[in-house]
Amino acid sequence: MAMPSVPAGTPDAAELAPLGSRASSSYLYPLIATAVLFAVWELATRFGNISPLILPAPSKILATAVDHFPVLMRMSAVTAYEFVLGFVLAAAIGLPLGALIVYSRPVEMTFYPLLVAFQTIPKAAIAPILIVWLGTGIMSKVLIAFAISFFPIMVDTIIGLRSSQPETVYLVRAMGGTPYQVFRHVRFPNALPAIFGGLKVASTLAVIGAIVGEFVSSDTGLGYLLLVANGELDTRLVFACVLVLTLLGLAFFFAIEAMEKVFVRWHVSARQAEAAASGE
Amino acid sequence: MRTTGQARSELAVVGAEAFVRIVGVEKVFSSRTRAALKALDNVSFDIAAGEFVSIVGPSGCGKSTLMMLVSGLIPTTRGEIVIETSRVSRPYANLGIVFQRDALLEWRTVLDNVLLQADIRHLDRRKLTPTAVDLLARTGLAGFEKYYPWELSGGMRQRVAICRALLGNPSLLLMDEPFGALDAMTREQMNLDLQRIWLQDRKTVLFITHSISEAVFLSDRVIVMSPRPGRIAADIRIDLPRPRKLSMREESSFGRYVAGIRETFQSFGLLKED
Repeated sequence: MAMPSVPAGTPDAAELAPLGSRASSSYLYPLIATAVLFAVWELATRFGNISPLILPAPSKILATAVDHFPVLMRMSAVTAYEFVLGFVLAAAIGLPLGALIVYSRPVEMTFYPLLVAFQTIPKAAIAPILIVWLGTGIMSKVLIAFAISFFPIMVDTIIGLRSSQPETVYLVRAMGGTPYQVFRHVRFPNALPAIFGGLKVASTLAVIGAIVGEFVSSDTGLGYLLLVANGELDTRLVFACVLVLTLLGLAFFFAIEAMEKVFVRWHVSARQAEAAASGE
Repeated sequence: MRTTGQARSELAVVGAEAFVRIVGVEKVFSSRTRAALKALDNVSFDIAAGEFVSIVGPSGCGKSTLMMLVSGLIPTTRGEIVIETSRVSRPYANLGIVFQRDALLEWRTVLDNVLLQADIRHLDRRKLTPTAVDLLARTGLAGFEKYYPWELSGGMRQRVAICRALLGNPSLLLMDEPFGALDAMTREQMNLDLQRIWLQDRKTVLFITHSISEAVFLSDRVIVMSPRPGRIAADIRIDLPRPRKLSMREESSFGRYVAGIRETFQSFGLLKED
């Protein structure tokens, strides 16, 4: 019986011995990498004769972020609202549409080529048109975030729903299962890992969509603040905006990943056990 | 021992209580892009109630197709299959199926996998849970109810699949190379376990395998199929006492059955020894 060892909650000596234990190293390695990156950056800007207009020191960026904390938070709220709403819309439409395409040949033949064609259009190119149609308010940004994040959700839903082992489907049908039961008990749970893959990709794209929209035309949001700061050659504030935006994107991505751990625990655990086994 | 002809298999069961009757079954797979493929040609035989029948044949001979037809999941092109008194047109209600791949649902625990049928047929899970726990115990899986499939070995997974098939106490058990993916040692253990379970309530079993000795070891009758299109080449009754022991495989009576089947294969031009 290969059972993964569950790390105990108490931080004993073994867990503090850092690089050996897997659970703590999954946090420790990226932390060390980030720290080294920022240290090099800090040293380069201090001793490397780089103009602060080109590349400000991380410490200065952090100080600026603290100074502008209230406005950064206000702008973050707007941008977050845009990309979360765009993402939720993309999931609300991408998931059922993916399922429809899998289950209905006519729907697939009618819509799939159009959807692929739409995907190949660079969204930044049509952003100005969307703004003409929907105005410079929040809705145009929501729609751009939706348009850019919808496709991976739909495609991964299709891939996931089509990846069931035929035997599992036969089995449920041989038990007298209806097509709905095959969907509910086999196809959909089996598709969840792929769907979450799509959702994770989409979560990062939705952030890009919202910023693209704000770049084109806006009077609020992090993208707007970034453009303003850039216009004033306030490089520190530009970097502070990028920093906050990165943190927002990370938080959103990890929120989706936390959901994955709840809904697809069987898959996440199996994947981790497999990784651990191959690492030994 | 019979070696050729299809009519003889019908003779073999005259007078016996036929539980499954396969009459003149032909299956052709047609596709728009490829030439039609005849998988089975005029296959007829009966399975008596409580009989353990194995089908052996070279790969691609239509063994699995035959099982899919009996299960009612795909229709015959010609001929008919009758289970008890009714012609198969959709899955027979009291059926258990085991495939070569265990087909466990990875998101369900061992117990929930065994109870799958309860959910599909809207039966009372609480009533069936003791049955499921008992089945798991009988196959050496006591205590594993809460485990997930990925935590089990290949042999354990296939045992869960067998328990799942047995949950509704099916009167017909279809097994399509259930031990084909297991290592030799596990496979022998599974053969012993399956025999033990079968001896307890003697269900009607249609067992598909490509292992001649596995077929002889487990079965009351072994049906040998020809290469594609699959026809019945031989229908052999195995008169060996039960419970059979692994050591019986070294005895001459066992060896004669195996040799007879192998000769049938060689008559097809298979298993060439130069």
